[in-house]
Parts: sequence; C-alpha cells; structure tokens
Amino acid sequence: MAVVFLSTTSCKDTKKEHDNEDGHHSEQMEENGHMGDGMEDHSKMENDNMQSSDNMMAKNQHATMSSQIVGDYLELKDALVADDKDAAAKTGGRMVSALKDFDIGSFPAGQQKELKDIIEDAKEHAEHIEKSPIDHQREHFDVLSKDVIDLIAITGTDKTLYQDFCPMYNNNKGAQWLSASKEIKNPYYGSKMMTCGSVQKQIN
Amino acid sequence: MIALVGIQFMPTTRNQRDMVPKTDFMVVNNVPTEVERIITTSCYDCHSNNTEYPWYNRVQPVAWFLEGHIKEGKEELNFNEWDTYSSRRKNSKLKSIISQIEDDEMPLSSYTIIHREAKLSKEEKKIVFEWVSNLKDSL
Repeated sequence: MAVVFLSTTSCKDTKKEHDNEDGHHSEQMEENGHMGDGMEDHSKMENDNMQSSDNMMAKNQHATMSSQIVGDYLELKDALVADDKDAAAKTGGRMVSALKDFDIGSFPAGQQKELKDIIEDAKEHAEHIEKSPIDHQREHFDVLSKDVIDLIAITGTDKTLYQDFCPMYNNNKGAQWLSASKEIKNPYYGSKMMTCGSVQKQIN
Repeated sequence: MIALVGIQFMPTTRNQRDMVPKTDFMVVNNVPTEVERIITTSCYDCHSNNTEYPWYNRVQPVAWFLEGHIKEGKEELNFNEWDTYSSRRKNSKLKSIISQIEDDEMPLSSYTIIHREAKLSKEEKKIVFEWVSNLKDSL
C-alpha cells in the first residue's frame, strides 16, 4: 500500500509539472485523486496521462506547423478583397512552398492520408492562383478555402479566425472563406460587393 | 527541308495502352454516349494513357509538341485514373474541367489547330458543361 501511495504521489507531482506547462489539466487531476486501488490501474493511468501530455505538445506543434499556410492564405484573401491580381498571384506562389514544406510525418497515421489529400489539393489550387486571371483565382480560392478549413480542423490553429460565408458566389450556391477579423470583407467580389456575407462561426 | 526530313527519324515515346482500366472516368461514371464521344475526342489524347495517333501525330515536330503536352496533361488530370482520386480531388478536377471549357482554355488552341475534330462547338460545350456540373453536384 505504501508503494502504491508513493508512486501515486510521484505521479501527481509529474502531473503538476504538466499543469504548469499548459495550465488546463484540472479534470485529470480530479480523476487522479481517486486512484490507488491497484497497481495495474495506476500504471495504465500514468500511461494515459503521459500520452495526453504528449498529445497536447503535439497539438501545439501541429497548430504552429499550419501557421505559415494559414498566414499565406489570409494574405491571399486580403489581396482578393483588394482586387489585386498580382499580389494574389505572388502570395499563391508563397503558399505553394508553404504547402510543400508541410510535414505530415509527425501526425498520427490515421490522419496522414486525409492531410496528404488536403495538402495536395490545396497545392494545386495555389499553383493555379499563381498563374491565373483574377476570376480564376477566386474560383480556386473557393476550393482552397475549403481545404484550409479542413486542414485546421485537423491541425488546430494558433490564430483566432472567423469562418465567413458569401451566399451569392458560385451561382448562388455560396462559398466560405476564413478571416482574422470579424468585419466582413468579401474576397469573392472585392469592391463590387465588399460587405456581402456573414460570419458562420468563430474558430478559437 | 533536309532538317524536316531528318527529324522524322527521331524517336518519341508512345502514349498507348490497349486496356481501359477499371478506374477510367467512362467506366466509373454513367456517361451518356454523346458526352463520352466529346470528352474522348477532345481530352483523352493528353489526359489519358492512350493517345490516338493519326498520321499527323506521327510527324515531327507535331509528335514532340504532343509528347510534352501529354506528360503535363496527365499530371494534371488523367481520366484513366479517375477513380483513384479522392472525392476532394474529384471535386477539384471537375471544377477545373468546367471552368477550362467555359473559358475556352481547353482543349488548347495550339492543339485544335491541327486536331480540328477536337475543337468544341458551342453546342458541345453546353452538353459537357451541363453533364459535368451535374456530376459535380452529385458527388
């Protein structure tokens, strides 16, 4: 019993360290208080705790990894808002390299296939944006937006983003985009219809 | 003149397969005959593993020109490999097909200048556009 108690304490201590690191493990702390009924359970829990802290680290890391892509995307969005074809093309090119640099290797095997698919798709659209007139840039931006939304659903993001929706684009089928500010500035129509659209949801 | 004769003997890689794979666009989708005819004639030379080689396609420098475009075209979209694409990719490809045809960017004018039969009439464009749009919406 003494051994169990001791190791429980040491486990708690490790936990506290983790809490200090990222500050939201309180639920698990409570869980931890109830243990000590058997060594097996305990070691399993310790294992789980280790994993969840690893996951937390990986999550932050993953959000940082997508940060460059999201940053380029937002710049591209601003260029389309400003009806600036050349700036959009340039940012599209930068986004191609950011997508190429994205390493899916650190993600769990189950997510890699979809990530690869998203990255490949996004890369193709960014390539087209690099070399197309503005109407085409916007068409590709529509699908690219979907890709980036799906991407950050997996990787998470370190930014606060707004998912916006323009009901008119695409022959009234509508199109989504992401923005870093709450105010609607429409990248699909630019100056023609700057404030068309609404916020669907806030991310983070 | 001599140069033109000379280059006829320079080899090119042939893009030809006998078998239509199970993953082919026409096999996977229920494509109406007319749409199939148009897409096969106008797109498959560069966007599949099987190029039709009429006599002028064997003449240099036409063969070289074609070879470069086949390589690039297949990388972008290969109808023979349609079903190997994920639904995300299919959706993107269909979107591109629609906009390329709508804006007369495909088939390339440098290609249709020789392959007159590949040039899309207004009516043919409409047929393909409508059918492909429906397919995209059904994905």
